Amino acid sequence: MTDRVWVGTRKGLFQLGRDDAGRWAIVGHWFPGDPISMMLPEPGGRRLHAALDLGHFGVKMQRSEDGARTWSEAAVPAFPPKPDGLEDKDPMRGVDLPWSTQMIWALESGGPGELWCGVVPGGLFRSTDGGDSWVLARALWDDPRRRKWMGGGYDFAGIHSILVDPQDVAHVTVGVSVGGVWTTRDAGASWKLIGAGLRNVYMPPELAADPVSQDVHRLVQCAARPERLWMQHHNGIFRSDDAGENWQELNEVMPSSFGFAVAVHPDDPDTAWFVPAAKDEQRFPVDARLVVTRTRDGGRHFEVLRQGLPDEPAYDLVYRHALDVSRDGMRLAFGSTTGSFWISEDQGESWQTVSRHLPPVLCVRFEA
Amino acid sequence: MASLRFTPNLRRHVQSPASQVAGATVLQVLERYFEVNPRVRGYVLDDQGAVRKHVAIFVNREPIRDRAGLSDSVKEHDEIFVVQALSGG
Repeated sequence: MTDRVWVGTRKGLFQLGRDDAGRWAIVGHWFPGDPISMMLPEPGGRRLHAALDLGHFGVKMQRSEDGARTWSEAAVPAFPPKPDGLEDKDPMRGVDLPWSTQMIWALESGGPGELWCGVVPGGLFRSTDGGDSWVLARALWDDPRRRKWMGGGYDFAGIHSILVDPQDVAHVTVGVSVGGVWTTRDAGASWKLIGAGLRNVYMPPELAADPVSQDVHRLVQCAARPERLWMQHHNGIFRSDDAGENWQELNEVMPSSFGFAVAVHPDDPDTAWFVPAAKDEQRFPVDARLVVTRTRDGGRHFEVLRQGLPDEPAYDLVYRHALDVSRDGMRLAFGSTTGSFWISEDQGESWQTVSRHLPPVLCVRFEA
Repeated sequence: MASLRFTPNLRRHVQSPASQVAGATVLQVLERYFEVNPRVRGYVLDDQGAVRKHVAIFVNREPIRDRAGLSDSVKEHDEIFVVQALSGG
């Protein structure tokens, strides 16, 4: 059972802990004042990575080898020199695409000593030395279809989801906002654009099924059944049973199929959780009533879970990395842009309010 | 040699002591400084070696003109100051 949760916020990294009576509270705070766009606790709990967005001074990586007692600055995934004369522009706005890491948006463990990192403006980086150095996944970056990626929530496209197949670490699948789903079977040497069945309504109708123009909000993978993926998409909720090649849209999910976050049970591919919001101009809970939705049958039915969530009007938005499920599938945790934080110890049936006063929550991860 | 100083706001993140550094351009001065203080580079320059969008470099109270190549000339006894560019609130 996991009794610790890491929370990356606009004002530093927090750790929440559970006492013997079952109450959760803040037990640690690091990098006060600095935005933590992503963090990764490696299995075992000793080595941690935190991505800081220092604004004026750029993106920085911090690493701890002792469970957050001490931290030291580590290498930042950086782009190689942009070739002279190369035209590389944002397709929608025509402005130059910066070959410079603007935000670290995804961090995942690969094989032993391996890390993958996704960034805005769309680069995917790999480290084979635990984060001492990073190399741009050049085959993906140089794919001409990458030039069609466009910004979603940020000015430029970004890779926010990286799925490393636990049964084959050379099989990696990434989600891009806005740029669809891409997969490699050879640890990044070659890439395939996948995503049949996805659908958007924000592009001209003839491009609705174009796989590269899909705005993936979040992509997750069932650890025990890696071919089962769940997606929260700008236009709804999708499920794949073949590792992302084909997708089925799940319609009429109440109160809304719009949102950012999704979590899947590590052992039960049919159980997944979402935090819906009113699409897409409002981006707060439908009727200001915060709920979590859950399916336990692969998306045929969805339950609305609200016990312990606010009775009063709530305007909390939950970002794509701000919902997590514990390794045993029993505990869930999520935090909001309003600085509220909830934990469930019974798969979402009931929720405990941990805080209403955190800084805006950017990412949430149970201790690995 | 030119005098090179950094905003005190940078000290919270990285040691960036003031220094006297030789060089004919801003780039030469900074490169020599980074040889001794390598961690400071990433706080001032982006991945392509340009001045970060929200950082400003002044030579004798004038902002430099070449933010991408840092080719602005530097003379003996010039004062170079690296600060946060005011943007946003």
